Amino acid sequence: MSEPLGGLLSAPPSIVAAGVEVFSTALRQQGASVTDVDWRPPGFGSPDDLTQLALDPRRAAANRVAVERVLAAGSLLVDVRPAREVLDLPDRMLLHSGPPLTWETASGPMRGALIGACVFEGWATDVADAERILAAGEIALDPCHHHRTVGPMAGVTSPSMWMWCLEDPANGGQAWCNLNEGLGKVLRMGAYNDEVLTRLAWMRDVLGPVLQRAVRSRPEPLDVKAILAQMLQMGDEGHNRNRAGSLMALRELSPSIVGVDAPAQDIAEVLRFIGGNEHFYLNLGMPTAKLAMDAARDVPGSTMVTVLSRNGTEFGIQTAGTRDRWFTAPANTPVGLYLGDYGPEDANPDIGDSAIMEAYGVGGFSMAAAPAIVRFVGGTVPDALATTERMYQLTLAENPAMQIPIMGFRGSPTGIDVLQVARTGWLPQINTGMAGRVAGTGQVGAGLVQPPQACFEQALAALAEESRAA
Amino acid sequence: MSDSPVRHVSLRSGVYADSVRLMQVSREIGDRPGVHTVVVAMATPLNLELAAGMGLAPDGEAKPDQLLIALTATDDAELAAAVAAVDAALTARADRGEAQTIPARTIGAGLDGADDPALAIISVPGPYAVAEAADAIAAGRSVLIFSDGVPVEHEVALKRAAHDAGVLVMGPDCGTAIVSGLALGFANVVRRGPVGLVAASGTGAQQVSCLLDAAGVGVSHVLGVGGRDLSEAVGGLATLDALAALDADPATERVLLVSKPPAPAVAARVQEVAAGLSVPVRSAALSPEQPDLTAAVEALLADLGVAVPAWPSRPGTADAVPAGAVLKGFYSGGTLADETMLIAAPALGDIRSNTPLRPELDLGTDLAARGHVVVDFGDDALTVGRAHPMIDPTLRLEAIAGLAESGEPAVLLIDVVLGHGADPDPAAALVPAIRSAGLPTVVALVGTEADPQCWSRQADALAEAGAAVFASNAAATRHALSLIGDGHE
Repeated sequence: MSEPLGGLLSAPPSIVAAGVEVFSTALRQQGASVTDVDWRPPGFGSPDDLTQLALDPRRAAANRVAVERVLAAGSLLVDVRPAREVLDLPDRMLLHSGPPLTWETASGPMRGALIGACVFEGWATDVADAERILAAGEIALDPCHHHRTVGPMAGVTSPSMWMWCLEDPANGGQAWCNLNEGLGKVLRMGAYNDEVLTRLAWMRDVLGPVLQRAVRSRPEPLDVKAILAQMLQMGDEGHNRNRAGSLMALRELSPSIVGVDAPAQDIAEVLRFIGGNEHFYLNLGMPTAKLAMDAARDVPGSTMVTVLSRNGTEFGIQTAGTRDRWFTAPANTPVGLYLGDYGPEDANPDIGDSAIMEAYGVGGFSMAAAPAIVRFVGGTVPDALATTERMYQLTLAENPAMQIPIMGFRGSPTGIDVLQVARTGWLPQINTGMAGRVAGTGQVGAGLVQPPQACFEQALAALAEESRAA
Repeated sequence: MSDSPVRHVSLRSGVYADSVRLMQVSREIGDRPGVHTVVVAMATPLNLELAAGMGLAPDGEAKPDQLLIALTATDDAELAAAVAAVDAALTARADRGEAQTIPARTIGAGLDGADDPALAIISVPGPYAVAEAADAIAAGRSVLIFSDGVPVEHEVALKRAAHDAGVLVMGPDCGTAIVSGLALGFANVVRRGPVGLVAASGTGAQQVSCLLDAAGVGVSHVLGVGGRDLSEAVGGLATLDALAALDADPATERVLLVSKPPAPAVAARVQEVAAGLSVPVRSAALSPEQPDLTAAVEALLADLGVAVPAWPSRPGTADAVPAGAVLKGFYSGGTLADETMLIAAPALGDIRSNTPLRPELDLGTDLAARGHVVVDFGDDALTVGRAHPMIDPTLRLEAIAGLAESGEPAVLLIDVVLGHGADPDPAAALVPAIRSAGLPTVVALVGTEADPQCWSRQADALAEAGAAVFASNAAATRHALSLIGDGHE
């Protein structure tokens, strides 16, 4: 039989204390090892709700199940297909990032992307016509997340766009994401000029078909999760910095691309396009995270966040214990550095499904892997380490597959716990691009942002309500 | 001076900096008062397009591995200074920053990586204590909850979860424990020995452990379980777990259960379980039939074959007690107050109290009521917004002064509890109060020679002020009764 009370009666215990300091002082005087918790009243949440969740007998097991599914999830690139086929996406329907929204509530870059997509699909003759049909409600809008899809920034996905098709062999899930257009004036940042539309047409006519044939010709599906794991050891965090990952994806795909029977100049253009895009991997990383977080959906009693997402107007989150319900609040505007002579007044509020990376424990949560990112806000290397340290206190697990060298190869902090967000008063750290506030502008910078606390307040209250009813 | 700004556009080869660094440099240079616009960036197509949009496109072919430095300024001097500043910024050594430690904000985070055995101690406000305690249980560690104000249903839920996890919840409202020699909260410096205490009462446990120390016996552990553990609602959940743990502990040869009067059904259940253990368990739970903690200790000493010592005391010379004197027990320890009432009631009849033996004897808020009165100044209702009387004697000192002013003939009986966490020199405040009150005074001084305050030093000071001092509260109470009896004669 093991020792009673875990050996408590066999040797003087080490003490972890929360509250009045006089006790710790008296214990130290006796030579005890004492760790004082920097306790403070919860950042939000009624004591009743916090206690309800803390004592919910389902919580520990439910969170364990959710964590196991997230950690077990794999990500294989199995195909590249047009959204029309993959999603059965009907004409006159566009997917967008974040929680549900309407044309009336859409921000500048979201409107810009929706306009561009309508023109790209030939549903509108020009920008004015696109605005008219969108304002008239002739185009159905639906969140990517409702279709096992994620999209960076505006995330606008139209039937003719090609999608990465990923599968999770562990949990059997599928997830999709469109192809990354590169930086600057791009649809996902709200730009819709001829340059943008010309590029989208080339992606539709050349890039997509070449990638499809290349991916289908591979002897084995590409292990996208394995690339993400390697990126974290190469200075990327997988959200705002995807350099190593993009090059690794290029390295893995290029033999198959070169083997495609297509005009040499098309092949060359495809390779040049991928090689010139530092964020090419992002659209593979996001569905990888989506596969993992979708695997944790619908675990009653779990307080884990499954979705962090923004539509440029609102921030929305979902949790494993509250099914498909969105908890939304007005999105914050990122703080960071600006391209050219853009400034803070040009930046749109937070936008994009890409915060799924943080839900999965990379991006801002693995900031320590990519200290370059904290320089967006004038931070130092210790700031990057401190950010990741804080995120460990918000999360349920460390992902052994995603190791951070400078943290002693500790696994990335994974699986945000709504209860721990409330108790620590710390909000998740998100790394992000910044779109121009005015439709048509494109990217204006990149930086750091946090979700509005109100999303977590609502989620906590809903989880507590569900817990009482269970 | 020209109205139109001057411009500098150049390309450099063999220089590379990260785009984030270059955006930082651009902002730094852009903040210079003489600079209008600036782009310092690698000459990628995107950045060239940005520069062109600002009218700063370089002449001729630019390659992505070249550094583009393009800016406009108010005049040539500003322009030259700005270009020089770009060079300086590009070669400046970045601030390495100070290493930061991020402290744990929750018990769960604090226990992550703690050395085993580990114990959590929680003294945060009651409404928030449950989540912290649940962290400890989830981490497979025992927890002492000092906080009060935890609803009883939450106490039950925590104790059930702890039982399932094989750990112990001490508390809530547990002020006293000694675990493997480590004194937690209000506890005395007591020698190690073979007796394990399971205590639903803090001051009761202190009284018992100090007497065991005085008898040369000592304790293995004092496991507090919280004052409500033996109530009907909690059903002795922690008491049963603590008994099982002590039963399995090789250092514990005998167990003494210390408690205020328990719920009879729970007491019976505990007794039944105790009878099935290999370690002998004796109950010192207070009741009218068993009113005396000291007697329980003496019985235990007999079990051990240890002679009962003369309990330390400074009886002094008997004061002249006026006829008709009443008992005024001003206590800081609730269990000691209970013990006093149980011992004194047969001799004195009804004793009114804020923690009465029977509801009809409730004092209400009139602590200065006349007649036989025992006040527990440590009761929750009297500690709202102030420290426990073992730390802050103000309220009790005021009551002593008030009693003296009232002129009611009385014997003053008080407890003074020494040990960790208590007032470092309680006699310092009490001696002048006792002197100025001029009442016949008896002190139950609970402590050991090894306590930071030192029992005999405090006893001498109090005796010097005219008080009769006893290490046993039962002995102190009986001495007070004898003084009252003398006054009646």
